[in-house]
Amino acid sequence: MLVGFGWTGAIMGQQLCDAGLNVVAFERGPWRDTPTDFATGFAQDELRYMWRHHLFQNVSDDTLTIRNNVNQEALPMRHLGSFLLGTGVGSGGVHWNGQIWRFLPTDFLTKSHNEKRYGKKTVSAYDMTVQDWGVTYEELEPHYDQFDQLCGTSGKAGNLHGQIQAGGNPFEGPRSNEYPNPPMLQTYGPTLFGKAAAELGRHPFPHPTGNMSQAYTNPLGAQMGACTYCGFCEKFGCGNYSKASPQTTVLPYLLQKSNFTLKTECEVLRVELTADKKRATGVTFVNSAGEEFFQPAEMVILSAYVLQNVRLLLLSGIGKPYDPKTGEGVVGKNYAYQTMSSVNVFFDDKLMNPFIGAGALATVIDDFNGDNFDHGGLGFIGGAYIAGMVTGGRPIEMIYTPQNTPAWGLEWKHAAAKNYLRSFSLSIHGSCMSARGNYLDLDPTYRDIHGRPMLRMTFDFTENDHKMSDYLTDRAAEVAKAMNPREIKLNRRTGSWSVTPYQTTHNTGGAIMGDNPKNSVVNKYLQTWDVPNVFSMGAGAFPQNAGYNPTATLAALAYMSADAIKSQYLKSPGPLVRG
Amino acid sequence: MVTKVNLRRRQLLVGGVAAGIAGTAAAAAVHDGELGAPPQTIRGAVPWKEGTADAPPGATGSGYTYFTPVEATFIEAAVARLIPNDEVGPGGVEANVPFFLDRQLAGPFGRGDHYYLGGPWPKGTPEQGYQSRFSPAQLYRAAIAAIDQYVGANLGAATFAKLAAADQDKLLKGLESGEVKLDGGVDAKSFFAMFLQNTKEGYFSDPIYGGNKDMGAWKMIGFPGAHYNYKDWVTRHGERVPFPPVGFKGRPGWET
Repeated sequence: MLVGFGWTGAIMGQQLCDAGLNVVAFERGPWRDTPTDFATGFAQDELRYMWRHHLFQNVSDDTLTIRNNVNQEALPMRHLGSFLLGTGVGSGGVHWNGQIWRFLPTDFLTKSHNEKRYGKKTVSAYDMTVQDWGVTYEELEPHYDQFDQLCGTSGKAGNLHGQIQAGGNPFEGPRSNEYPNPPMLQTYGPTLFGKAAAELGRHPFPHPTGNMSQAYTNPLGAQMGACTYCGFCEKFGCGNYSKASPQTTVLPYLLQKSNFTLKTECEVLRVELTADKKRATGVTFVNSAGEEFFQPAEMVILSAYVLQNVRLLLLSGIGKPYDPKTGEGVVGKNYAYQTMSSVNVFFDDKLMNPFIGAGALATVIDDFNGDNFDHGGLGFIGGAYIAGMVTGGRPIEMIYTPQNTPAWGLEWKHAAAKNYLRSFSLSIHGSCMSARGNYLDLDPTYRDIHGRPMLRMTFDFTENDHKMSDYLTDRAAEVAKAMNPREIKLNRRTGSWSVTPYQTTHNTGGAIMGDNPKNSVVNKYLQTWDVPNVFSMGAGAFPQNAGYNPTATLAALAYMSADAIKSQYLKSPGPLVRG
Repeated sequence: MVTKVNLRRRQLLVGGVAAGIAGTAAAAAVHDGELGAPPQTIRGAVPWKEGTADAPPGATGSGYTYFTPVEATFIEAAVARLIPNDEVGPGGVEANVPFFLDRQLAGPFGRGDHYYLGGPWPKGTPEQGYQSRFSPAQLYRAAIAAIDQYVGANLGAATFAKLAAADQDKLLKGLESGEVKLDGGVDAKSFFAMFLQNTKEGYFSDPIYGGNKDMGAWKMIGFPGAHYNYKDWVTRHGERVPFPPVGFKGRPGWET
């Protein structure tokens, strides 16, 4: 049984149905398909999808509470802002940008690698609680490759079998295969960014993407069309079958299987356990008509979003909840996010045409990500990729105006008119290290429409991440200046984390993986240590977040989990790793 | 429940965009959001139904349905200061933003369909974002009354609309920064942030929602609108893309 039907639900459904299991998936949101829900005739609607949240989770009957630290009272996130949660079939996989990244080999060894290179204090400074993942890049590589084949990722390899390739990312871990599709064409801004970066001795390459550079048929027989660069990916569904999503890559295949059932508008309230709490017997769910049912199951796979998976573990009594005072317990521990900043670039003489865009249309440098550079004396660990990126030129969201321009009035209007076509933005996509005080638990006050406690998020950026972000923003500014613009504007990551404005929907941790039950909720196969027939998918497994988008890594972890279930668990149901 | 309107294939094909959709949608009770569709069990095939589309809920009619005449006077005066009119491009009023705001507040957005409004309601920190019990429509109603009351009590005019433009700007800046405190349980900063955001939405969104009249705001900045294919232009670096803007209903001169 699958709880939630986005990327990991689709992948697990396909893998387990192919293994002959009877699979039923529960999705709390509605059915969605391309021609009905985001046809090309009306998909490019900035107001409806971005600002009125038409495809996002509706927080009116269920949200979470938020605060920056344990001394504050958590209050409800009353409107989506900082992150845009998905719902419905395909969930966030419908309205993502399609930015497909692998984490670096050293990203999986955050604690041991940095300890070895920079000393023990660097990983415990600022109350950080970073851990190794308990899985290596080498183990995950075949599964990263599976996801690339599924999505038809467009890109250029930088490291094939250990051989550095011209034109790709020279810092990436070794790949077993070239990308299934060539990189996308680059518009003017990313091209200028790449030239400027190369002049500074950096190593620019095209952003790997689930936007199709050409028509593609994936191993499941699903067909995708070439991207038309319309500039409406993130926050929107693709009407053109050009963006990898559960709809375009898995569903045409999976829905034909007689051993697969999908139930929409059905929300799982909790996982039911035997009296000794050693085994799940099934789930209790409620449908949109308000009818409550028990669904028995041999295996329960939590494949909802991070925040829902963690909440279901807490509500069901699976694993010991984390206590930030004592540092004991694991469920909810090491919640992390993504540390974002940007640099805007303004030209007088060059037309950027920002409306020609795609979700991952960018030229990128990875010289300052992870441990690709010497952190000696810098006072932080981690890093970011810097992308000269044009996801689109949607005018309510994406008009850049120079430093000190007011937000309204004639001066604002004139700045918008003057700069819209002539500006460009560099995105700095930073890591986020886990820390003792950042965690998820159940709120003592606020309840959802079903009467369940809401999830409570306690989070702020650490000094490590502020230092990292400042250093990286300076590196991006160097490239921006080398593009010879009229002026630039630095949008640094300052102050505490705020629920507004939009930053990124890359929430991680809370159901983290590790090599023993004392430091983690799940083992390397995403199986919970405490209840071996419950698995928890997704970015909740990340012990901290790297300077990359999380989707490919959480998909690879799902494929690896599916492999272990098929090859080991089905023969001998029980713990796949001895705790 | 989500009502999916019937969409004739022929309409979709006209001009490559969904000419006619908005007119069809106007007649249907389209639910803004995704709550409350009936539960479905899907097995054996993609449950796609020919001729259905979740078409956008455009604005219809003319005149104000939510704003009272007094409120409309405030909105028109304030929108004219947020986005003034001149030869560079249309002002907010000329772009029909007040009508857009009225229809937004009269509908699901105004009702707070995508807001959690349950209690308790402590004020919270700025980082915790919107913390009012008011839905957006309620907040506008309370804020407009509170602003006019503030003007009467402190600035020697009957209403905001009667102030000189420079004084209106000064007051708006005070709301923006939070220096001006309002009665009636209205957080001035929260209201201003929402009002400015909604004004820009009306200025730049597709004309089917009632603002961005004649796509004037898109013309001003050079955004081609709901244009679907730029493949031929991706590598034509620095060239001016000559397409005039197009909306979901096409553009003036199109035969639909």
